[in-house]
Amino acid sequence: MSATQLAAASNAAVYASMVTLTFAMVSFAISFASGRRRVAVLEPAPIEINSVGSTAVLTKSAVLTKSAVGTPTDDQTGRRSANIGMSLTWLGFVLLLAGVVLRGVWAGRVPWGNMYEFSITSALGILGVFLLVSLRRDVRWLGLFIVIPALLTLGLAVTVLYTEAAQLVPALKSYWLIIHVSAAIICSGAFTLAAATAGLALVQSRAERRGKAGLARVPSAEKLRTLTYRVLAFAFPLWTFAVVAGAIWAENAWGRYWGWDPKETWAFITWVIYAAYLHARSTVGWRGDRASWVAIAGWAAFMINYFGVNIFINSLHSYSGV
Amino acid sequence: MSKHAPTLPPMGALGFVRYTWRQLTSMKTALILLFLLAIASVPGSIFPQRGNNPLRVNEWITDSPTSGSIFDALGFFDVYSSPWFAAVYLLLFISLIGCVLPRTKVHWRAMFAPPPPAPRNLLRLPESMSFEVSASADEVLARGQKYLSGRRWRLLVAGNFVAAEKGFLRETGNLLFHFSLILILIAIALGGLFGWKGNVIVRTGQGFSNTLTQYDAWGGGRFTGASRLSPFSFTLDKFNVEFDRSEAQLGSPKLFEADVTYRRLPGTDAENTRIEVNTPLEIDGSKVFLVGHGYAPHFVVRDAGGEITFDDSVVFLPQDGNFTSTGVVKIPDSDPQLGFQGIFVPTAASNNLRGPISIFPGPDDPAVFMSAWRGDMGLDSGAPQSVYRLDTAAMDQIGIVALRQGQTWTLPDGSGSIAFTGFERWASFQIAYDPGKEIALLGAVLAITGLLLSLFIRRRRVWITATANSEGVTVVHLAGLARIESADLPGELQLIRSVVSDLSDTASATSTDERREKK
Repeated sequence: MSATQLAAASNAAVYASMVTLTFAMVSFAISFASGRRRVAVLEPAPIEINSVGSTAVLTKSAVLTKSAVGTPTDDQTGRRSANIGMSLTWLGFVLLLAGVVLRGVWAGRVPWGNMYEFSITSALGILGVFLLVSLRRDVRWLGLFIVIPALLTLGLAVTVLYTEAAQLVPALKSYWLIIHVSAAIICSGAFTLAAATAGLALVQSRAERRGKAGLARVPSAEKLRTLTYRVLAFAFPLWTFAVVAGAIWAENAWGRYWGWDPKETWAFITWVIYAAYLHARSTVGWRGDRASWVAIAGWAAFMINYFGVNIFINSLHSYSGV
Repeated sequence: MSKHAPTLPPMGALGFVRYTWRQLTSMKTALILLFLLAIASVPGSIFPQRGNNPLRVNEWITDSPTSGSIFDALGFFDVYSSPWFAAVYLLLFISLIGCVLPRTKVHWRAMFAPPPPAPRNLLRLPESMSFEVSASADEVLARGQKYLSGRRWRLLVAGNFVAAEKGFLRETGNLLFHFSLILILIAIALGGLFGWKGNVIVRTGQGFSNTLTQYDAWGGGRFTGASRLSPFSFTLDKFNVEFDRSEAQLGSPKLFEADVTYRRLPGTDAENTRIEVNTPLEIDGSKVFLVGHGYAPHFVVRDAGGEITFDDSVVFLPQDGNFTSTGVVKIPDSDPQLGFQGIFVPTAASNNLRGPISIFPGPDDPAVFMSAWRGDMGLDSGAPQSVYRLDTAAMDQIGIVALRQGQTWTLPDGSGSIAFTGFERWASFQIAYDPGKEIALLGAVLAITGLLLSLFIRRRRVWITATANSEGVTVVHLAGLARIESADLPGELQLIRSVVSDLSDTASATSTDERREKK
């Protein structure tokens, strides 16, 4: 294939992925809405389950109990559209993967040379982490909140950030690019997922406090908080690694391993906030909603680092190509 | 990390100290300090910092003198060396030490203590099961003991139970992580006290030797001095640059590399190497990094009699991505003094209306725009002058002209001429020495190791009791307890169950799950 054909194929794959993900989003939304209707009809769902959740060991049945009740038709619609959403998300992921790989082939290097490329790969990371988790547990209820940020990222990428593939600037020509950026991209997926579950935990915990059922099909606040913790316990060491890899690279390229460049500063802020999250999880009075807020704050810092620092602040890391 | 509120009544001076200490080392204080650290870091990414960009700091203060001086006094241009930032991280580290040391003591004791004996009723624990086997109680316990000790569980064996505990590496990892952070802080301090870094611009064909006077800018820690610089030297033989000509990224750099000849010590053999952006040259612990490059146009200046008064290339500093560069030529020995302000453009815009601006960073069509000045340069005042600036306060402009390569300009007052004969390239190097960086790396590696241990290892306890009932059948109770949710614990218990009971045993059994369903 010629360069122009590769370019066209890569862009087509990204657009096809966006269309697929849009349908996935609609499916998840239908599933979500059908669940809501069900709750409106039903009496408050069992709250006593949550009291089990606060003890050291959780019961396995906590989530399943909830979705076991409900009007059969609505429940069926909801489940079916959630399944369609999952299939479409897989398809969207594969298409996006093709788009990213073709982009790399077109450019003749890893596809992480500018912000368009970072963004499509981040969207891939968000979907990838979600699908990986979905292999191990039922997270169909989370689909809507994963596909939306992935679509927003892709939308920004193709409209605002798009640039033609070009060679890497000399500063990026290093194998550390692959190590440092791939770790950061996986973290972006995990942080986004954790922010979504933390946000849902806040919604659920508010409903539970008022004695209401909360969002249907979505697990209890305590379950969501545990999932948030699990994801962040995986992401925090990886983020530490990404920052350390960046420091080693900086030492090799700029002669210092830490120089408080805005990008480094915000990576540090993100790290400190997630460190605070882990401490909050084991502090009395902080484990619940407060910890969820801290997890969301960490994600916000990560996003400021990605969009804010790349575009608005003059930094050594300004490779956005915008 | 004391979770209990301190008891208040008898609070003398010592009590107050103890109270303060407990508050400082509590987890809540650590949390607040972490948030403070995050917030305190923010201004450094918004305001320009002296360490990174002193020129922009000066611009900021010049542009808005009132707020500039206030922000300056508050340390907003040196956030990371300001007292308030130091206060936050030092308090955080004190809190960390105060938390980690007692925990180390507790953990040390726990590592050598046997696991606690079995609770009276094992079946009350959240993960538990009860089953009957045909083997004798002693045999069951022996099997359990053998299996668990083979898997490196800590054991306490008594008459009718086996107690086991595992996962101490979790706390070990947690402590390792926090101690590693202290190590990193020490490494940073070492680098700050004993390290140095300097910047120097070298033209092609010119040399550099590692002494203070040769640097354009140099900064070192409290315990470094000129005598500590290792005496290496190098010459810049050739500088290769390529720029992208594709429409998408026109002018973005594709490659730049410096070919140098260097000597580790005066008088030793010369060696050749190539310094690139991601491949510095390392000599004796110091590293030479390529950080920038630019053009040095070559001028020949003659006086009225045709005598050469200046014949050299002059470093011009790039002002934009297309290397529109500015610089000055000074002829202080002529009378009255003669000076030129110049703008060098590697590729002149064909449209003259745009003025002296380069449209491509490569030298496709080099030109200089010169402005000649005569008068007093102000050198006699003794104040140090920048080589990139001409003080024209006491000088008169005598003319302005654009020159292509090879052209000569005869000055309008008949006092001589200047010729633009060509250009050379220059490279700027940062040379740095940081004795703390290996320690920092070690700290980082240990921190990640500790983190992984503390987040992925689960501490858990298992108890097995076996007693013969009235019918002579052995009843086994098996239970486990994890400090945090552990999806693996039920599976672990099932494994132990299959080990202690023979497969032939088909005796009735009730497990946690079954009992739960009955409820």
